[in-house]
Amino acid sequence: MTDLAQKLTDRAAKATGSAASGRSGWRRWLPVAIPLAVLALLIFLPWMRFPVPGVLPGVVNSPGSMQLLALCLVTAGIALSYDVLFGRTGLLSFGHALFVGAGAYAAAIALGKWGASLGLAVLVVLACAIVLPLVVGAIALRVKGIAFAMVTLAFAQAVAITAARNPGGLTGGEEGLSLNRSALPSFLSGVVNAPYRYWLALGFLVVCVLVVLWLTTARTGHAWAAVRENEDRVEVLGMSAYRTKLTAVVVAGFLGTLGGFIQLIIIGGANPHLLSTELTLSLLIMVVLGGAGSRWGAVIGGVVYVLLDNRLQELSTSSTIAELPSFLRIPLSQPVFVLGLLFVLVVYFAPGGLTAVGGRVKRWVAGRRS
Amino acid sequence: MSTLILILVTGVGLGALYFLVASGLSLIYGLMHVLNFAHGAFLTAGAYAAWVAMGYLSGLGGWAFPLAIVIGMVVGAIIGAAVEFCLIRPLYQRHIEQVLVTVGLGLMAVALFTGIWGADPQPFPRPEWTRQTTDIGGAAIPNDRFLLILAAGLLLAGLIALLKYTRIGLVIRAGVENRTMVQALGIDVRRTFTLVFALGGAAAALGGVLGSVYLGSVSPGQGTALLIFAFIVVVIGGFGSIGGTAIAALLVGLVQQMANYYVGSGIGDVSVVLLLAAVLLVRPAGLTGRTA
Repeated sequence: MTDLAQKLTDRAAKATGSAASGRSGWRRWLPVAIPLAVLALLIFLPWMRFPVPGVLPGVVNSPGSMQLLALCLVTAGIALSYDVLFGRTGLLSFGHALFVGAGAYAAAIALGKWGASLGLAVLVVLACAIVLPLVVGAIALRVKGIAFAMVTLAFAQAVAITAARNPGGLTGGEEGLSLNRSALPSFLSGVVNAPYRYWLALGFLVVCVLVVLWLTTARTGHAWAAVRENEDRVEVLGMSAYRTKLTAVVVAGFLGTLGGFIQLIIIGGANPHLLSTELTLSLLIMVVLGGAGSRWGAVIGGVVYVLLDNRLQELSTSSTIAELPSFLRIPLSQPVFVLGLLFVLVVYFAPGGLTAVGGRVKRWVAGRRS
Repeated sequence: MSTLILILVTGVGLGALYFLVASGLSLIYGLMHVLNFAHGAFLTAGAYAAWVAMGYLSGLGGWAFPLAIVIGMVVGAIIGAAVEFCLIRPLYQRHIEQVLVTVGLGLMAVALFTGIWGADPQPFPRPEWTRQTTDIGGAAIPNDRFLLILAAGLLLAGLIALLKYTRIGLVIRAGVENRTMVQALGIDVRRTFTLVFALGGAAAALGGVLGSVYLGSVSPGQGTALLIFAFIVVVIGGFGSIGGTAIAALLVGLVQQMANYYVGSGIGDVSVVLLLAAVLLVRPAGLTGRTA
């Protein structure tokens, strides 16, 4: 068994290796250099004072812009965690919001209702992040395909309904819970401290990217890809498809739960939307928009989605929209309509998402030349 | 005793509503392997179409309501057929993309309805007789329950007749069983796809109109809210089986009502999802044993 698996990974490594060595000289370093440069730029954003019209609400380091960027980054991380399931392992889950919401609610309850310290709250979140995906995954993965999607949907829905019913006054019902900021270190609360929350979100995204990058280039990731391509073949090779998929659910659930916790600190509260199916569907849209299973697809999709959503909200209340005839005004005043349309267009005309567009254009140009 | 009868009839009525939505979903999935997330949009579109029609037809008195139902169903059928023909067909055999497109359509539709008619529920001008009650065994039961049960009964009988006694029904049944084989025999299965979508759209629209009568209002999110339960019904019943869907709809409606009344409000919804998880884990292919 291990021999065959070893051969598989060797071959995969050779394939990626030969692709990398196909690039000549300095170009080989681009896949490393560009992300590092972008990271450096992102770290220094809170010192930049110029406005980015049409993208950010004010100058880059204004609290409003920082808050929006923080939301972009944490959402990108959560989208990446969903991509571990959908893009890399080929598991269609409709219950990822369960983990995100659990992270937010667990911390909000620990800090607000039990009066726990931040350290204890983090421990509670970590425990949730490991136990919950293990339990849900172990049960849901007993069925495959659409049935798996339905069981995950059922679990998430059950928890969302329970949270909205406010059992024992614990979850705050439809209103949700606000974050007890007094338990947090002072630099994480207050409007002027938005840059610190931004760095926190950036740190979370970097952790997500590193974990996913590390796992997808390791044996685990090759096994995920193998399950995505052909589950029966994986079984024939003597590897356990169940265990491989469970690893994917646990990794995705772990990162998703952490993301929910970070989201709680940034938006200052946990509400039933974090547990809703709409959240999972928006994650699906982000991943497909950016490019499912590609290295940067989910991250770019998440950032683009949040920015677009925010800008479209702004646009929908602006005077330019109000003056348009109603057949244009009504669709444009609904951000979800525009995002949904964009999503459908991407599915039709840009399979592989935004990150694949560059390659398609390049191939098209090359085809025209020859 | 009278409370029990009321709960039972209401549960069956709710199950009937679920069946109206789920029957189309089940056939579509069985035949085409598309999990249709836009089905809620068909339902809401039908409900709004009937609601708008009721406004224009108010001069007709008693005939306005049946006519509005027909208009709603026609709109649902047209939208269903159009979605299949224009959007699903070009993505032939690419199931994940087809599902993604219906997800996008479902989101767009809800946003569009919100944009046109507002996010708040609009009161549905239901006819007087649906609000009155009928006395059965000492229980005063609102007539809208019987309307739902009657509609679902007719739909079930109609679908069974269509599937059993017509040629196109034979092709649909064979297509659910093994699509490749039907095509190998020289029959173009794709022609039945549009039909199934139109049928599903009309049934969902009927469910939307009658659901609005039951709730007393029309709202943009009403389709999506029902859709999740319809999915659960389809999965429990086994994909592509009309009989299984009917039994599952009844089961889900009754469990939901009973749990809501005897255990506590809100528990019904949770118990239904737990029922789904339990059924799938014991019988992964649903009650009727077809493979998902």
